[in-house]
Amino acid sequence: MSGPNEEHGGLAPDEYARVLEILGRRPNEVELGIFAAMWSEHCSYKSSKKWLRTLPTDAPCVLQGPGENAGAVDIGGGLAAIFKMESHNHPSFIEPYQGAATGVGGILRDVFTMGARPVAILNALRFGAPDHEATRRLAAGVVAGIGGYGNCVGVPTVGGECSFHPACNGNILVNAMAVGIAPADRIFRSAAAGVGNAVVYVGSRTGRDGIHGATMASATFDDEAEQQRPTVQVGDPFTGKLLIEACLELMGTDAIVAIQDMGAAGLTSSAFEMASKGGLGVELDLDRVPQREEGMSAYEIMLSESQERMLMVLRPGGEETAAAVFGKWGLEFAVIGRLTDTGRMALSQHGRRVADLPIRPLADGSPEYDRPWTRTPPATPATISPDNRDPMAALRSILGGPAGASRRWIWEQYDHTVMGDTVGGPGGDAAVVRIHGTGRGLALTSDCTPRYCLADPVEGGRQAVAEAWRNLTAVGARPLAVTDNLNFGDPERPEVMGQFVGCIQGMGEACRALDVPVVSGNVSLYNETNGRAVLPTPVVGAVGLLEDLAARTGMALPGPGLALVLVGETRGHLGRSLWLEAVEGREEGPPPPVDLAAERRNGDFVRAEIRAGRVAACHDLSDGGLLVAAAEMALAGGVGAALRSPLVDAVAGLFGEDQARYLLAVEDPEGMLERAAAAGVPALRIGETGGGALTVGGRSSISLDELRGLHEAWMPAWIAGG
Amino acid sequence: MKAVVIVFPGSNCDRDAKVALEAAAGRPVAMVWHGDSELPPTDLVVLPGGFSYGDYLRPGAMASRSPVMQDVVRAAKRGVRVLGICNGFQVLTECGLLPGALLRNAGLRFVCRPVTLRVETVRSPFTNGYRRGAVLQMPVAHHDGNYFAEPATLERLAGEDRIAFRYMDNPNGSLGDIAGILNERRNVLGMMPHPERAADAVLGGTDGRALFDALAA
Amino acid sequence: MKARVLVMPRAGVLDPQGKAVAQALAGLGFESVEAARQGKVIELELAETDPAAAEAALAAMCERLLANPVVEDYTIEIA
Repeated sequence: MSGPNEEHGGLAPDEYARVLEILGRRPNEVELGIFAAMWSEHCSYKSSKKWLRTLPTDAPCVLQGPGENAGAVDIGGGLAAIFKMESHNHPSFIEPYQGAATGVGGILRDVFTMGARPVAILNALRFGAPDHEATRRLAAGVVAGIGGYGNCVGVPTVGGECSFHPACNGNILVNAMAVGIAPADRIFRSAAAGVGNAVVYVGSRTGRDGIHGATMASATFDDEAEQQRPTVQVGDPFTGKLLIEACLELMGTDAIVAIQDMGAAGLTSSAFEMASKGGLGVELDLDRVPQREEGMSAYEIMLSESQERMLMVLRPGGEETAAAVFGKWGLEFAVIGRLTDTGRMALSQHGRRVADLPIRPLADGSPEYDRPWTRTPPATPATISPDNRDPMAALRSILGGPAGASRRWIWEQYDHTVMGDTVGGPGGDAAVVRIHGTGRGLALTSDCTPRYCLADPVEGGRQAVAEAWRNLTAVGARPLAVTDNLNFGDPERPEVMGQFVGCIQGMGEACRALDVPVVSGNVSLYNETNGRAVLPTPVVGAVGLLEDLAARTGMALPGPGLALVLVGETRGHLGRSLWLEAVEGREEGPPPPVDLAAERRNGDFVRAEIRAGRVAACHDLSDGGLLVAAAEMALAGGVGAALRSPLVDAVAGLFGEDQARYLLAVEDPEGMLERAAAAGVPALRIGETGGGALTVGGRSSISLDELRGLHEAWMPAWIAGG
Repeated sequence: MKAVVIVFPGSNCDRDAKVALEAAAGRPVAMVWHGDSELPPTDLVVLPGGFSYGDYLRPGAMASRSPVMQDVVRAAKRGVRVLGICNGFQVLTECGLLPGALLRNAGLRFVCRPVTLRVETVRSPFTNGYRRGAVLQMPVAHHDGNYFAEPATLERLAGEDRIAFRYMDNPNGSLGDIAGILNERRNVLGMMPHPERAADAVLGGTDGRALFDALAA
Repeated sequence: MKARVLVMPRAGVLDPQGKAVAQALAGLGFESVEAARQGKVIELELAETDPAAAEAALAAMCERLLANPVVEDYTIEIA
């Protein structure tokens, strides 16, 4: 590993100087480990927090913004949706199955810690080039790991995305999002309260796994990465499932004052955060921590990242209730300490004090950097002179290749129908999950187009939010709020830091313009190997509300005889398009500009049409533009389509990736065009549905059977090729 | 009809089964904890899907040895109906109420997709709401659904009309395309597909509803 | 005393995992691999000093839980 200074446990020299100042003495090994973990990039957000503060986090629906285990929004009916996205990039590269599995376990804990029953999982995956030697093994392992955990705990994996790029050859990105539902007035938080109250440990025993996870996630890889294998945590989804049920059962009583999962930096971070937020002290007896191995040091116990562990503060008398619930579920439970009024974190082991740290100064002294950054220079416009003769050849190479092929091979390994509320599963614009026992639903999606972010971080940041918002709109949902997972390279390089700053700027603008606050999130930096960074990838996870599941739509064409209407303006922007990448093998030009006012206007129009029951099918236009969208709608419904318009005579019209557009199948196109004109929304009748083929301008055609064959063939064939 | 759903540690389709049963029966369905030594009086016991004991050792193995299962076996021998879905089917083969075993899928991967089934017999309280030969769609979601039995057992199952459902697009390598089987007395059914996930139009299908309706009738 | 139980798929039972292992080894160039079978090993620590009693207890454990006689065979090793 390179990056943080090894000499002082990973702290930079000025950070170490601050430790000496706070303590007035040299820290011992345990104390230094605690400082290093709490002040790591992963836990302290020291390079990013200056910029994260610029994101909008408030709106009338927000019940909990950033700063807790997850964000929460009001979804009506006395309920809250609680959600967050988190990365497990470094662990997944080292051990793909366990890395991905524990990523899912961790994000589920963040959600049920707040009192929510998890109802859905999504994931955003970025792998290296398909022909890179490690990619197959990593992809297969990550997918199996996500399924292995999510399937076992019985939470449906309902959506996500997956893409390939050589920039990820040395650093894959594995981001998982979990969504839960809780009573809006029973949200649990992590601030400790009540001097003398018991601090309780529950779940798996502590072992030596994952020690240094937080500091590892704050360093770049070099070729020694393979040596890091022993630090990877192993997931136990069975215990994870028991923890969910036991915690939710205990949350139904009044025993819990505060609760926090043990994630990165394990017991250190959970105990510290709870005491710090409550303005209290905490005293822990490490001999009482359930341990898996003999002879563990205080350092190891405090820094272990063993999975499936929770820390709670219980009310006086709550211990018996908790013991009964955890006993029923067969989970280990131990009182390991008490809250104090000292404002200090005091640890003892074998009757000796092994650490004694002041909590407030450690939290306040947490470093914050204004890292030097340089703005990404504007991309040179690409000279493009497409061959307009045979658009179907281009469609074949997009839908039959790594960028556009069906992801069925992935999502068939995820149980997406468990819990009996999946109304719209993987493969659509947004997944739709019914709010159990009601006729209402949540729409869920995750999105980001890293190639846009690389060419123009500000525009790319805007686009990630806009596309997520558009996905929710395309099923008829009202977007409520977003979570984000910001994956970047080494922030100590000004050009990488400039990408980060640019993306945040664009995301903030889009969030404000589209009224979607950021309620939770995660930053993953140092995703680079030997100086080669991943593409800037600010993944946006978004949640929307469907007040009436009957008034929704999907992308499948339901039958013949419908008119196709294209909403939004088409200029034919081919820079950074999938067409340019897949057909011409070029990654050039600026990305399509995002007009946030047009996004809002067009989206609000489409949503109103869907809610009025006037839309039979709807798909937002994104990667691959109009023709790819039409093909996906035709394949999903098994109904052909014919596109006829001067627009479709040119590659730019068919494959351009202009934003703020939707393709709709409707019964009454004239009425819709009139209403669109009145609303100032560009709309164009562009074809009709029917037949068994996709036809463009009456001159070029491909049968749905052939299209389906090549669309479904790529991924299984690629995986089998290993 | 009085029905109970058994909850093992790691069951995760217990609520789904309860919802489908209650919709069909119009009355509450009780959940019974695996550690209970006795079943309440009931006409139907459902062993739900999920990953009891994390599928550790073998899927269904540890659940089949839990205290309540001894009473489930006794109840089945008295004629009480027992329906095992997915992990519940694995529990039924592990405890010996049904023959054979469910091995790792031939493709080695977990598979979640809608499958097409053919109703092979209507001579059971579970399937008498269907037509013989009817074609149904229901989701499967499992890692170990590959039905195996000795040739003699397979022959006997077929000869005694105890194969309830066969796959028309075998997703897991099951011998004889077997998706669900009955015991000799025809009061125990184990099946890998999930009828409880195909009992509500908003979820995309209702082909499973006739099974619950038949039990409730 | 320590004991070890080996559980293997019975001869004649399809073993897709073993088959995949054999194929993967062949793919790595180990051409001498003709077949592979994948089973599991369970290590136990027993508070028992009499080998015969331990052997009997272990056989009962295998019959009742550790192996599924429909598809698996077992062997017992006592250290």
